Amino acid sequence: MLFSLFRGGVHPDGFKELSANRRISKLPIPGRLYVPLRQHAGTEAIAIVNVGDQVLKGQLIGRAGRGLSAPIHAPTSGEVIAIEPVVAAHPSGYSTKAVIIRTDRRDQVYPQPALVDPFIQDPETLAKKVADYGIVGMGGATFPSAVKLQSAVGYEINTLIINGGECEPYLTADDRLMRERPDTIVTGSRLIQHIIKAKRVAIVIEDNKKYAIAAMRNATEPYRDVDIVVVPTRYPMGSAKQMIQVVTKKEVPAGKLSTELGVLLYNVGTAYATCECLMENKPLVSRIVTVSGGAIKQPQNVEALVGTPLSYLIEHCGGTVEEPARLLMGGPMMGLVMPSADAPLIKGAGGVLALQAHEINQTESSPCIRCGRCVSACPMGLLPLEMANRARSQDFDSASEFGLKDCILCGSCAYVCPSHIPLVHYFQYAKGEISQKNAAQKRTEYTRELSEARRVRQEKEAAAKAAAKAAKSKRRKRSATTTD
Amino acid sequence: MSITPVSSPHAHDHSSIYRIMRHVCFALLPCTLFGIYIFGFPALNLFLLTIGSAILFEWLCLRLMKKSTTRLQDGSAVLTGWLLAISLPPWAPWWIAVSGAFIAIVIGKQLYGGIGQNLFNPAMLARVALLISFPVQLTTWPMPQESFLDTGFLDGLAITFNLAPIPDGATGATYLGALKTELGNNASAVEFASTQVRNSDALLGFSAGSLGETSALLILLGGIWLLLMRVITWHIPLAMIGTVIGLSALFNAIDPEQYAGVSFHLLTGSLLLGAFFIATDYVTSPSGKSGQLIFGAGCGILEYVIRTWGGYPEGISFAVLFMNALTPLIDLYCRPRIYGRSLNGKPKKYNAPLADAVEQES
Repeated sequence: MLFSLFRGGVHPDGFKELSANRRISKLPIPGRLYVPLRQHAGTEAIAIVNVGDQVLKGQLIGRAGRGLSAPIHAPTSGEVIAIEPVVAAHPSGYSTKAVIIRTDRRDQVYPQPALVDPFIQDPETLAKKVADYGIVGMGGATFPSAVKLQSAVGYEINTLIINGGECEPYLTADDRLMRERPDTIVTGSRLIQHIIKAKRVAIVIEDNKKYAIAAMRNATEPYRDVDIVVVPTRYPMGSAKQMIQVVTKKEVPAGKLSTELGVLLYNVGTAYATCECLMENKPLVSRIVTVSGGAIKQPQNVEALVGTPLSYLIEHCGGTVEEPARLLMGGPMMGLVMPSADAPLIKGAGGVLALQAHEINQTESSPCIRCGRCVSACPMGLLPLEMANRARSQDFDSASEFGLKDCILCGSCAYVCPSHIPLVHYFQYAKGEISQKNAAQKRTEYTRELSEARRVRQEKEAAAKAAAKAAKSKRRKRSATTTD
Repeated sequence: MSITPVSSPHAHDHSSIYRIMRHVCFALLPCTLFGIYIFGFPALNLFLLTIGSAILFEWLCLRLMKKSTTRLQDGSAVLTGWLLAISLPPWAPWWIAVSGAFIAIVIGKQLYGGIGQNLFNPAMLARVALLISFPVQLTTWPMPQESFLDTGFLDGLAITFNLAPIPDGATGATYLGALKTELGNNASAVEFASTQVRNSDALLGFSAGSLGETSALLILLGGIWLLLMRVITWHIPLAMIGTVIGLSALFNAIDPEQYAGVSFHLLTGSLLLGAFFIATDYVTSPSGKSGQLIFGAGCGILEYVIRTWGGYPEGISFAVLFMNALTPLIDLYCRPRIYGRSLNGKPKKYNAPLADAVEQES
């Protein structure tokens, strides 16, 4: 198969060997779980349990909030001892509401309805089940999967892409999952295919994962419409837009969804979770996570319950050789700095990395020398140096014009910058400012609409009142005449 | 654990400005050492004086502007001084070195706001200012020596510090200068090239010229090193050299009596030095690839035009400065195409498989 690869990109050192060769181990149940009610893109789930309640594994503890949201389930059995803010898995260090469970280590399962073969069920029922079981995108974006499934309605989906790119350095969770549980992934992929009525499935894997490719090839053998597509290793191959470009040779139009091209993309972890949900009746309460980095004694992949404190994960991997220079959730290219090791594991976390100073190589930034490496590295064809200049001088409109709105924050530009300019920092700042401005504008418009509606209503009410008064006086008059 | 919030990425390719400058200096070593060897102690003096004063002026500026003097360590002042030194006549006196470094660092770079802010290539700006102000000193070309020690250490100091005049027999003309004179005397270019120019000398560098420009071979070696180290890309050098090759081949074919051939243009003067080391300066050249092609071709055209029809025998510095001035404009119009958008910035359109959706809506 010939590829028209994507533009730019970088080749960071992989460091995958640190964790790629050990089997996934199951993390023991910690004494306490801190299960955040918001682990997905969208609004916070609403807690439906109370302090003191006994919960079972897989029991619904938070129903989906308004709009875009996903429900939250108990990762194991135990007692709810608090529902309060805990430190969030977010660099800002702010807190997030969580259900805190004292586990009983019996791991008793909440009774689920009897299983029906999903392949004979209709897509709507299955999509609803995926929503109810809290499945979200496992690649990091944590977009509620069911919403994506429903977005396919009305579109003819040619290709379902299952993303096994895993282009972030250090991370091997998807790699191990594909090596050890390929059949589950393939079944999950076929279930998604069944739901969205996709003509074919392309499971895309970077060529640095030999064993995963072999295992997946083996597992897809029986299915003629499920293919393994091996692509070169280059960051950000795993980014949806770039992967779609590589597989379909088409670009997702700016501001549109991939369904526009007849393509839908899911992470291998999401396919796995979908299979567990539809074939085994298991809500999403655990995930495979890579615990790695130079500061971790025994880097490896573990299957851990959502809500497990990161410190517990690290302890299980032998602890740290030294105080890590940086603790991350996700990969080094796009991962988030964790404010503390107390932060809990969430559904979208593919990795927990404790990095040493030399791995980060952060030095003070110097002025831009316009070398253009960021321009060459940008997979979106943007001008990072110009965007950063304008963001720094608060000229957000101009930054937008130079491509900020198309920026996927992949970090390729900052990775190659010889001046060590924190480009992504500028972009995030500018994006934040822009969205705040937009929100403020929306609020003003909304207020205006409300006051306008109020005025109309008041006028209507006044008119109605006047009419009623008139009718009443008329009636009185009439009744007066009749009684006379 | 105390952690300051920082944005991704948390990895880096370990490049730095210092590393880039170091690679460029390393690539300049062969042609520079060769120049010092054939032009002797005065050339060494010029080289050390120019770089020394460039560092001094950079330090002074950083102090005056209350910037951290650790910026000196990025090596950019050394490189600017180096490029200036090798583009000067090898026996130029000390005050040319010092005033050249002053113009390059203070006027050409720091007054614009320091590294990354200057519009013009500092070394070329200084060279052109010197050429216009002191045409005699800037066009006095010593002939290459048999060995480094032909001019002794003390004689070298005398030349550098104007203590003794340069002996008449020691100087001559560059190939380009000689051609210009010959053509002015109605001689034939083709005859000049075949009788007066030895291609092997031009290739190896045994000829009169600026300190570092004479050896086409060693400059090419350095250029290849820069390409291999990915300090530069092929776009600017190829566009520039290609344009000169194309133009010289064309005009040579039209009238070989008037216009010298490809190999003459390629091997003499500072075309290669300019293409690999000067036009490729990051700060003053376009940042996108298509812009770099235009920039390189522009340099090539101007270079050929000045050499052939201009008043000066060589025009690299003018050509580069002129194109530097156009760089912001080129950058504005030569933006890469954004993913998911057509060239004019509008979202891409496909004949999307919308059959079902359209039906549902209607």
